Amino acid sequence: METATEPPSAQRRPTRVSPLQAARRVIGAPAVGPFLALVLTMAFFSWRSDNFLQAQNLSLVLQQVMIVGVLAIGQTLIILTAGIDLSCGTVMAFGQIVMTKLAVANGVPPVEALALGVLVCIGFGLLNGALVTGVRLPAFIVTLGTLNIAFALTHIVSNDLTFSEPPKLLLYFGRTFEVAGAEVTYGVVMMLALYAFIWYGLTQTAWGRHVYAVGDDPEAARLTGIKVKRVLLSVYTIAGLMYGIAAWLLVGRTELGDPNAGQTTENLDAITAVVLGGTSLFGGRGTIIGTLIGAVIVGVFRNGLTLVGVEVIYQYLVTGILVILAVSVDQLTHRKSA
Amino acid sequence: MSSPAPILEAQGLVKRYGQVVALDGADFDLYPGEILAIIGDNGAGKSTLIKALSGALQPDEGEIKLDGERVHFRSPLDARRAGIETVYQDLAVAPALDIAANIFLGRETRLRGPIGRVFRLLDKRGMRREATRHFSELKIGVQSIKQAVENLSGGQRQGVAVARASAWAERLAIMDEPTAALGVKETRQVVDLIRRVRDRGLPVILISHDMPHVFELADRIHIMRLGKRVAVVSPKTHTMPEAVAIMTGATQAELEQALTKQEPEPE
Repeated sequence: METATEPPSAQRRPTRVSPLQAARRVIGAPAVGPFLALVLTMAFFSWRSDNFLQAQNLSLVLQQVMIVGVLAIGQTLIILTAGIDLSCGTVMAFGQIVMTKLAVANGVPPVEALALGVLVCIGFGLLNGALVTGVRLPAFIVTLGTLNIAFALTHIVSNDLTFSEPPKLLLYFGRTFEVAGAEVTYGVVMMLALYAFIWYGLTQTAWGRHVYAVGDDPEAARLTGIKVKRVLLSVYTIAGLMYGIAAWLLVGRTELGDPNAGQTTENLDAITAVVLGGTSLFGGRGTIIGTLIGAVIVGVFRNGLTLVGVEVIYQYLVTGILVILAVSVDQLTHRKSA
Repeated sequence: MSSPAPILEAQGLVKRYGQVVALDGADFDLYPGEILAIIGDNGAGKSTLIKALSGALQPDEGEIKLDGERVHFRSPLDARRAGIETVYQDLAVAPALDIAANIFLGRETRLRGPIGRVFRLLDKRGMRREATRHFSELKIGVQSIKQAVENLSGGQRQGVAVARASAWAERLAIMDEPTAALGVKETRQVVDLIRRVRDRGLPVILISHDMPHVFELADRIHIMRLGKRVAVVSPKTHTMPEAVAIMTGATQAELEQALTKQEPEPE
């Protein structure tokens, strides 16, 4: 073969960097596209609405984003393994009902109510993972089933009642502090911390590499000695944990346990965020930073369309078109590289 | 003439699938520092033999010895732990990960001390350094060890798989049709690469349909027919048509003629 590998010192030689290259280094090449899309979207809405770029409005966007943002973390992990989780929003809704009902109606101490709510979500993640790895069912079908189970359980357990005035612990992430005149909730901080945590796991540990390898080609991963089932199970379980934390954030934001919360838009928005963030539905490709950007794009769209005066039903229309566009781009680039 | 002890040997391997006898008392030996090619018609038992040697299946009868000691591989992982690495035809690589990550896939090294133990932080720089060293030793040319494998040519990808095997194989490497999916020029690169692996002292078992390359690379050629090893020939004493005659069992006369030649002594 042609030449020997160039010595590592050659790579460290300082060279002039264009702004685009600099951006690539900071956020990682695959996230550049989504980042540009976000900048364009924000430019568009600040042109159309004077209120958009106000600090108060931007902090509102972040608060609206935090729940979808945390759901999308779990969703990213699962899509990276070439799966998909249709149940994420309803599992979160069920977790939210479990923790508020136990605390409000059953008088369970807040810590235990919270722990049980999160555990229920982890249990659903584990169930999804066990069915995908053990029975070898497609993730699509498994999570379509658990979506309905979680949906039904939410209404059965709550008896279609809302649980108001939950204990302080459950409201913790709705509390705010002030940064440069804008209110920021602890929930947003929590979301960013979770992104940092999963970024670390995906990029700095062997586990992360195994997640990518399993999503890329499970058979090749098995042949290199990776325990494919264990990796998949860990991914679905961690996703369940994320939905549990999202349930906690949801209670903090709505300040009650509502059987109708989190059932409609959150599910699709989480998937939209992941796809807009550049993660491939074919697995093995994508970044968690991209998902964060994707979640913000979704939030900016919903917020901006409202500011511009577009009716809610048209927002669904726009998000639907967005998903299809993003998935088409994914499919076209995948075909080119395959 | 004192010949060295075989590094891997097998005697009387039998494997049945219901009525079908895939291996019918096959013998096998591989000596240090050689490339042993295995040829045989479809259904002759080549791949069953290789699976038995690499732990992908367990023979019903017979024994396998590694460095003179009897071994029972229950899985490819067992064989790998014993120092046997396998390169598969369909490139067992993760395309989206970079070269260094692929070399160390499933065997990542973490930083020393609590950072590695508690926070599981990978030693990326160390792994890149090691991967670069393997690549320059094997003279595999790539722009950067940080390139994603999917951006490499087919030959370079197979180079990654071969480099990984040679980096981790302590005893021997099995290469199962490593050039079957490649073009002419890329096949050339991989053929040269396999020779360099052998020249660095690692014995290689090569399964291939490509007779010219078998005759170019192999020190000895192990011929399978009807689940048995029917002959081991040397490319120096036998011609390609003769090897093919033994392999297909052409006519009895041709076979006897081909077989009467001296069996080669291992070097």
